[in-house]
Amino acid sequence: MTVLTPGLLDAAGIRQPYAADVALPPLDSPQWQSPFRAFGWGMRSVGSTVLTLVLFATYLGIGALAHDSHFSLAWALASTAFVWAGPAQIILISTLGSGATIVQSAIAVTVSAIRLFPMVVSVLPMMRTPQTRRRHLILVAHLTAVTLWVECFRFLPHVPRERRIAFIHGLGCGLVCVCLVANTIGYTLAANLSQTLAAAILMLTPLAFLFSTASNCREFADVVALVLGLVLFPLATQLNSGVDILISGVVAGTVAYGVHRWRAQA
Amino acid sequence: MSDFIGDWHALVILFVAGVIPNQIWRMLGLWFGGGLDEGSELLVWVRAVATAILAGVIAQILVQPPGALASVPGWLRYGAVVVGFAVFMLSRKSIFAGVIAGEIVMLSGKWWLG
Repeated sequence: MTVLTPGLLDAAGIRQPYAADVALPPLDSPQWQSPFRAFGWGMRSVGSTVLTLVLFATYLGIGALAHDSHFSLAWALASTAFVWAGPAQIILISTLGSGATIVQSAIAVTVSAIRLFPMVVSVLPMMRTPQTRRRHLILVAHLTAVTLWVECFRFLPHVPRERRIAFIHGLGCGLVCVCLVANTIGYTLAANLSQTLAAAILMLTPLAFLFSTASNCREFADVVALVLGLVLFPLATQLNSGVDILISGVVAGTVAYGVHRWRAQA
Repeated sequence: MSDFIGDWHALVILFVAGVIPNQIWRMLGLWFGGGLDEGSELLVWVRAVATAILAGVIAQILVQPPGALASVPGWLRYGAVVVGFAVFMLSRKSIFAGVIAGEIVMLSGKWWLG
């Protein structure tokens, strides 16, 4: 067991009150000699993160949302396995479900996915070795989303560098499995539950997203972007453009960036 | 089985409108990532826009609720979020506590309305 100093591994200032307990073998343990065992340790680590619960709740909600927007269960599961980004999936379901065209949905999804670019850029150097080829990192890049990104900063210092890819494959696949199960449960419940409980499951999505985004806010500009994004959306719907989310998002984000510049100069 | 898979057309749309526009950024990160400064101004703007879009998604679900959520009156949906947020802040930013509090408000309000 590794003993950690709390606060040592704060992922770029992200609050991690639970960072104190990483239950992995020591770096020099023979446990790390096999990549398969490293994969296993990654999978087991799914159970030691609070974010798994948040993901479970979110994907329960996505399953219910897919059902109520008249998509099939296979569609919902495929979206989780191949998109693997909660916000993009919700944008996709809610825009297609409310009658947007394929192009409008694709634009909204791609803008929401830009944030994956800096995440992938910052995560990959943590597991590169001189022997690593780009193709070894494709699955890691695919699995990278906000949860994995945060967990990389927490777990990877306790994983030998040459086993990190296997470990992240295990952790990522474990999280995908949890979310596929959550999707199935949410979808089934929405189809069979009373309207009140189905509404409660759908309500999980905005609550879980709002609070996890709020806890990721590092700077004042992030707070401005979040609050303004919430407030401007109802105004943008008045335009009835089909890309309302895009309009309110770009305006609110640009204002927040302006605030960031203004504060940097002041 | 056909209920499970549904409409093949919808699966094609999933790839065109969902998978490709999303994965392109991960693959760009994999291909060109090395040369980009993490603290660059462009990325600050991108992150702000991404956060605001996410906020818009949250607002959309609350303002234009899908399916069963539409049966909950607007004031109750907003009230649940406000109370959940207050609990989130008071509990030193516990996502879990905030979600549970919001759900309790919504469920008890719905029960009270009958």
